[in-house]
Amino acid sequence: MSDLYHVSSAPHVRQKDSTSKIMLLVILALLPATAFGIYNFGARALLLILLTVGSCVLSEFVFNVIVHKKNTIDDLSAVVTGLLLALNLPVSLPWWEAVLGGAFAIIIVKMLFGGLGQNFMNPALGARCFLLIAFAADMTNFNCDAYTGATPLALIRNEGLAAVDLKAMLYGTTAGTIGETSVIAILIGAIILIMTGVIDMKIPGAYLGSFALFILIFGGHGFDGAYLTAQLCGGGLMLGAFFMATDYVTSPITPSGKIIFGICCGILTGLFRLFGANAEGVSFAIILSNLLVPIIEKFTVPMAFGVKKEGKKNE
Amino acid sequence: MGLKTFKGGVHPYEGKELSKDVPIKEVLPKGEMVYPLSQHIGAPATPIVAVGDTVLKGQKIAEAGGFVSSPIYSSVSGTVKAIEPRRVAVGDKVNSIIIDNDGQFNEVTYTAVDDVTALTKEEIIGKVKEAGVVGMGGAGFPTHVKLSPKEPDKIDYIIANCAECEPYLTSDYRRMLENPDELVAGMRIILQLFPNAKGVFGVENNKPDCIEKLKELTANESRMEVCELQTKYPQGGERQLIFAVTGRAINSKMLPADAGCIVDNVETMIAVYKAVKLGIPVMQRISTVTGDAVNQPGNFLYSMGMSYAELIEAAGGFKEQPEKIISGGPMMGFAMFSLDIPTTKTSSSILCFTKDEVSKHEPIACINCGRCVEACPENLIPSRLAKFGNKGLMAEFESWHGLECIECGSCTYVCPSRRPVAQSVKTMKKLVLAEKRKAK
Repeated sequence: MSDLYHVSSAPHVRQKDSTSKIMLLVILALLPATAFGIYNFGARALLLILLTVGSCVLSEFVFNVIVHKKNTIDDLSAVVTGLLLALNLPVSLPWWEAVLGGAFAIIIVKMLFGGLGQNFMNPALGARCFLLIAFAADMTNFNCDAYTGATPLALIRNEGLAAVDLKAMLYGTTAGTIGETSVIAILIGAIILIMTGVIDMKIPGAYLGSFALFILIFGGHGFDGAYLTAQLCGGGLMLGAFFMATDYVTSPITPSGKIIFGICCGILTGLFRLFGANAEGVSFAIILSNLLVPIIEKFTVPMAFGVKKEGKKNE
Repeated sequence: MGLKTFKGGVHPYEGKELSKDVPIKEVLPKGEMVYPLSQHIGAPATPIVAVGDTVLKGQKIAEAGGFVSSPIYSSVSGTVKAIEPRRVAVGDKVNSIIIDNDGQFNEVTYTAVDDVTALTKEEIIGKVKEAGVVGMGGAGFPTHVKLSPKEPDKIDYIIANCAECEPYLTSDYRRMLENPDELVAGMRIILQLFPNAKGVFGVENNKPDCIEKLKELTANESRMEVCELQTKYPQGGERQLIFAVTGRAINSKMLPADAGCIVDNVETMIAVYKAVKLGIPVMQRISTVTGDAVNQPGNFLYSMGMSYAELIEAAGGFKEQPEKIISGGPMMGFAMFSLDIPTTKTSSSILCFTKDEVSKHEPIACINCGRCVEACPENLIPSRLAKFGNKGLMAEFESWHGLECIECGSCTYVCPSRRPVAQSVKTMKKLVLAEKRKAK
């Protein structure tokens, strides 16, 4: 019956954007921070990035082969995970730990839960936290050729605000993980994501806003612009707010849920930084908030068009 | 801001330039005519002719099967050949009257009315019902039922749906350019039924010539106005249109009349005019035949009952073998596997594409990106509803307002993972509604 025409359910047209194109845009938006990381920390940063990305892609490929699933590496999500993880590693990390981190992100955090779209925790952050716990010393060693000593936030904590140079924090010429140091490079990427419609300001806005408010109230510095700026620029907060809290899969899909999620991230980050043992706290704040997503979604189901809240009768 | 519209929606490629400048051309049917007895929402019509009877053009061949039903008229003269089930555009087999067209077009005489304003409301509604007028935009809801709300005095808006938001369709556009006087006359008749109502023509701003023409014609009509709408799909969805024009929001449990509105599309209002003023029943309508597979895309005034194949012939046939044929618009229309299918009161267009844009896409995992949420004109979470649908979770589907879906397809259109979101939601909606009927 070859003379029959194709039959399918409506609609019969589609817009052009695809999931892999969205992933490509995220990669593109991460390039400024990546490039700056390589410039700032040298060739070893490039090596770590390539190893981590390679480990992620290869892990996904091998996993799919072993469990006889259709290959999914061409959706590019493993590349995004690898790149994000690498940007969250110190440049001095032993190479095999980076490779292990990539494999952990993909196999344990993502594929074992069903692959793309099914994981409840951001794979890159899950792996980072795994590495932080497993190799605490290596993961918090920010000594390298370019810098000796602590990250700006650790400096503030131990020696006070005067110990850091705010301008250097904006440009990114400080110690830290490969991709987190340059606020300007990260913001260029964020603008790319917003302009291309990949993300909106709901999550980052709520995250940064609630964090800033938390610091103002509980930071103990009152309304001190310099302290606030240092807190906002340091510790991978910008990278986390624009690139990791906004991960589609692990953030709420409901519009008001996104804002609540952002606030959760902001408050948790503030709590960890001010009252925790660690000066950064972004990774743990985001993955903890990831766990709250189902409950946030449950309470933020939007009212349908023309439907009024229960109890109120429609006119 | 400024232009009226609704929240959500999408901007698909319009494709209207293929046929928008081609004037309406009448096509006379040649072959066998098939009249399905169910071309409307409600009870099927009951045949009042028998095999062997001779019929005239304009003769009633089937009577309304109840209040929510509509009669059917022969659009040709000839002999009744059979009454048997035939395949229709949506794929079902429907009992149909088959008439052998004698090609003579011998017509009954219609009784026109000189002064419509002298008619009572009951007479007007009676004429609309008798002429078999149904919602010709695609739904096929009997118009006389719509025009008989419980409290007619509370109706304060009669909205002419001139949005034509589906891509490729240009039949309403041509009607507004070529027969705007009939459209306005139809509106005038409906306004006569509702003394407290204002008549509004809601037109998308991609049709500036129509807006101008309607404004010109209604300049001296104190009860009519033209409302310019933003071009966005599904602007012509009933709930979206009502919201854009009046700011009132209705849900799936309400009728437009509950918000004081009655909505009829262009072709339906013209049918009302013909039925009431000229006494001519619904036998002909405009259809757009278009797409890259057609030789001469255009707009045709055709007789209902002729096959889609004949309509394509009228457009010069295929220049290339099509892969996909759609009855209706590309967003909500039905894909047809064959052309040997009769046209009906609701056949607003045929689209013929050489490439099936959809079948080459392989759906991949949902990444929760939320594009469907932004696109949904009903403020739903389509991807989640689709998931509930695929898993058969009825309670969740309902509590996330799945039954409010208007099946516009915007979610599927925007999905970057190419998932058939709307299809899953539509299917689940049917299941939940069936379950509810069973429980009653």
